[in-house]
Amino acid sequence: MEKVLMKGTEAIGEAAIRAGCRIYCGYPITPQSELLAYLAKKMPHIEGASFLQSESEVAAINMIYGAAGAGARAMTSSSSPGVSLKQEGISYIAGAELPCVIVNASRGGPGLGSIQPAQSDYFQATKGGGHGDYRLIVLAPKSVQEMYDYTFDAFDLADKYRTPVMLMCDGALSQLMEPVVLKDIEVKKYEKPWATTGAKGRKPVLVSSLRIDPADMEKQNDHLFEKYEKIIANEARYESTCNADTEYVVVAYGIMARIAQTAIKKLRQEGIEVGLIRPITLWPFPVQAFDGLRDQAKLFISLELNKGQMVEDVRLAVNGKAPVEFYGRSGGMMPKPDEIVEVIKRKISGVEKCNK
Amino acid sequence: MQQVIFKRPEILTDAFTHYCPGCGHGTIHRLVANAIDDLQIREKVIGAGPVGCSAMIYDYLDVDFQQSAHGRAPAVATGIKRVSPENIVFTYQGDGDLASIGTAEVIHAAARGENITVIFVNNAIFGMTGGQMAPTTLLGQKTQTSPEGRDLTTQGYPLRVCELLNTLDGVAYLARVSVHDVRNVLQAKKAIKRAFETQIEKKGFSLVEVLSICPTNWGMKPKQAIQWLEENMTAYYPLQVFKDWR
Repeated sequence: MEKVLMKGTEAIGEAAIRAGCRIYCGYPITPQSELLAYLAKKMPHIEGASFLQSESEVAAINMIYGAAGAGARAMTSSSSPGVSLKQEGISYIAGAELPCVIVNASRGGPGLGSIQPAQSDYFQATKGGGHGDYRLIVLAPKSVQEMYDYTFDAFDLADKYRTPVMLMCDGALSQLMEPVVLKDIEVKKYEKPWATTGAKGRKPVLVSSLRIDPADMEKQNDHLFEKYEKIIANEARYESTCNADTEYVVVAYGIMARIAQTAIKKLRQEGIEVGLIRPITLWPFPVQAFDGLRDQAKLFISLELNKGQMVEDVRLAVNGKAPVEFYGRSGGMMPKPDEIVEVIKRKISGVEKCNK
Repeated sequence: MQQVIFKRPEILTDAFTHYCPGCGHGTIHRLVANAIDDLQIREKVIGAGPVGCSAMIYDYLDVDFQQSAHGRAPAVATGIKRVSPENIVFTYQGDGDLASIGTAEVIHAAARGENITVIFVNNAIFGMTGGQMAPTTLLGQKTQTSPEGRDLTTQGYPLRVCELLNTLDGVAYLARVSVHDVRNVLQAKKAIKRAFETQIEKKGFSLVEVLSICPTNWGMKPKQAIQWLEENMTAYYPLQVFKDWR
């Protein structure tokens, strides 16, 4: 298997092509425009594949709606302000149960914000984002290799559950260059009898989120939530370094999990036992990672590149059994590992004082 | 011995429509159905429906459909066409959908020369929401949101979609027709068929603007409405073929 040096955005692009993505539509926005450039170069040379630079984020997501509705693997990408513009389309896609992949290389906000890495779109990605009752499966890679690997997973989960999947990275991961093993990952094929392919020898199909009768709409929402329950039961993913002796638990995802890993290594060298829970799926949130720990640990600390968003899910997962603290940097600022070491020490000494 | 000399187009379903008495959508649906029948493309056609009175057009035409967000049908149709270029893809949109919230999508689909067909129904008002001013509402025309008549100083001029799109090189076929009398219905029938032929021949973007009446929201009887369209709308929106690749 080939090992190459790649940017995060390029790894997603390459994986998308290999996963059978037949159409990409997007609009330039920093810090992920390299993904457009990569696919503009590659896709026209692949039979049956198309690349389209859309006139707007709104058009891009609606092109994805059309292509996904016609049965093709489809992807769009953007960064925070652009992902906000896509929310209308994402809601329709969720409502019409279309499989597709949406990449968010998130940056500081609100508004036009900054172009540096942030995790302040956590609420938008995991709690809905657009109007109506729906969820996205949200995958959060922490390395360029994972951006490659999870792109395959994203397409597969989308088809498996007929649902939009978000690949949530950030401005740092999308710009980072790292070695990537271009693994041959098997691509499963899914039958799509619901897709609009022309009513040849069959009755017409309809791709729609419209249910004019409220009783029908409620039934459709019940159906969506039965599906979401299955996803919660089967697809929550995480990485954990906690064990039976862990007293202090750090929870962090994406690039922040890597900063936390370095900080935790230093703390362990000083004899402070800190474990890490790294959610891989932000939705469904991996509550099971907290089983056992919530009764055992003295403190949970949610570390994020925002003003405190995932911490709400951490609190729900800990369910009042232990104190939950938060520390974050925002606006595009990234903490150094030493800053995190100090923060963790301070939080630990705070909780130990209370325990005395 | 009785002989059938006139029948419903095959792809027009026999569902009761939800349209108001006198509404033009029924006639225009039928003309679209005629074109699809005549060109024998039913098995290839995929429609992208609008938001508005004709949101449920999929109940009346026996072809695959995708319901689109308001104004986004040309983007949805673009996505469909790019992944299934052998299918025949069309949008059906009203003037709120296409000329107001969806101007960006239609202009750029046209500019790209996207090989899709757009049927654009202009009745100078928002119908489904109860008769608000549309970008196509004529100066002085009374609506819920222009109760004293559309006022130039605060509400600006009506939008001429065909004239706007006529400047774009990606457009292969462009016509404005009307369905207010038999002669014009026949013209409209020809234009709609021609638009689909344009796509079949892979010539690029085709659009037919169809002037239509909305007696309910214009506050007129159908007969009055027809007269109002003829006297007022055709003056501001001249009926003509703007572009034909042939």
